[in-house]
Amino acid sequence: MIELNNVAYSYGGGELLSEIDLTIQPGDFYFLTGPSGAGKTTFLKLCYGDLTPTAGEARLFGQDVRTMDRDAHAMTRRRIGVVHQDCDFLDHLPLADNVALPLTVSDRNDLEQVANLKELLSWVGLKQRAKALPPELSGGERQRAALARAVIMSPDLVLADEPTGNVDWEMSQRLLQLLIELNKMGKTVIIATHDMNLIRAAKAKVQARVLRIANRHVQLAGADL
Amino acid sequence: MKALLNNIIFVFVGDAQADRMVPPTGFTARLTLFASAAMAFLAVFAIALSLASGRLAQRWGQELAQSSTLRISAPAEQMAAQTAAALKVLETTPGIAQATAMSPDEQRALLAPWFGPDLPVEDLPIPQLIAIEETPEGYDAAGLRLRLQAEVPGAILDDHTRWRKPLQQAAGRLRLLGLLSIGLIALVTAAMITLAAQAALAANAKIIAVLRLVGAQDSYIAKAFVRRFTLRALYGATAGSFVGFLALFLLPAAQEQGGFLTGLGFQGLSAAWLLLIPILAAIVGFIATGTAARRTLKELR
Repeated sequence: MIELNNVAYSYGGGELLSEIDLTIQPGDFYFLTGPSGAGKTTFLKLCYGDLTPTAGEARLFGQDVRTMDRDAHAMTRRRIGVVHQDCDFLDHLPLADNVALPLTVSDRNDLEQVANLKELLSWVGLKQRAKALPPELSGGERQRAALARAVIMSPDLVLADEPTGNVDWEMSQRLLQLLIELNKMGKTVIIATHDMNLIRAAKAKVQARVLRIANRHVQLAGADL
Repeated sequence: MKALLNNIIFVFVGDAQADRMVPPTGFTARLTLFASAAMAFLAVFAIALSLASGRLAQRWGQELAQSSTLRISAPAEQMAAQTAAALKVLETTPGIAQATAMSPDEQRALLAPWFGPDLPVEDLPIPQLIAIEETPEGYDAAGLRLRLQAEVPGAILDDHTRWRKPLQQAAGRLRLLGLLSIGLIALVTAAMITLAAQAALAANAKIIAVLRLVGAQDSYIAKAFVRRFTLRALYGATAGSFVGFLALFLLPAAQEQGGFLTGLGFQGLSAAWLLLIPILAAIVGFIATGTAARRTLKELR
């Protein structure tokens, strides 16, 4: 699904990440941890093709990122749900439209999907807020909405950058449950977080592996959590 | 062809969803409308100028080209003989449809504006004029001059070339200037719409980033902008050309002596320009925004 062969990334100056060799298979569940500034977000961006490696080779769904054109990238994004740390929305459209945006831009806005949208909104506890504009939402509400938007296309891969940073424990359990359900359906999930409690909670329910970024390298951590 | 048709249908019917993705912006919208209207207004006059000078050149050309004059100056006793000889020469010249010696009455009418109606033409040593009408093919002026020199020494042929040429040249240049202005107006319109579209794209960079993130293709994002600017160009140009035509309509009508300025109206089929200007403006807007959007989107990630 995602193959990184000796990948490195630098924003100019020294390399932030280097020598990453990793293959992510369908159905995998990963946590990504590391100190802030270590490159968690950069790693996720490499995984959905927002950044092109400065060295090495990255393949998304079998395609080399370097040879993909803009439309190929757009098509890949439809198979990858992304939850950004700073959840970006279209501020002039109500929440429900924002969550349905991936359907809208890929012309899949049919009735069945509208029913899914309602179910999804109630799952993330935003049913009452469907008509609200994004600037009116709290930080936690925005994160939940971003997660809903990321999964509405039923993507093959969900990448979440600190999806539970602004929500209470109960809600973070709920969001985690949603991601675990998706994983059980065969979807791949990668969650960047430094919330160890969340990782422990997940490990009880699903076979999750932990990737740790340290010294510019991404390593598979042992079971010692 | 099908893609073009789809584009046209899309511009008018639109994609309500794609349209909603970008928030409307009042100020650039009004600026684009105004610029497009002003350019269409100017285009009306540039086109009117070209059409009028074209007509003028054609009229001068036609009226003067098909006729020439032969002037015979001879002592009174030889006048009749020379006139008859000249007519004979003219009748046997290929390319001349008709040659008629002007009667004293006709000559008097020609001179009346200068000497008054009671001029005794018969008593004056004025030259005899022969009006020549050419066939469409025309005749060989140089050859005719040589023959006349031999047979009618007092005859001078005036084929109007020396009047016609500078007039036609002037009208032709004027027409060229008009066409050049139309071209410039189209280019300036394209430039302005490109700038406005680029400003709109830059102002909405964050929205475009969100759309890219959720898997929108460039063509989808471009649609929202292209449709807006095409419609603005269309509406603006419709208003502008309408006002321009109204202004032309209110000019005094062309007189018999058809001066240049008063002949500036649109006649007959040329009124189709009223429809054509907005359509051309819309095409210019469509192409300019499409190009700007594709280029700008490539620069954004």
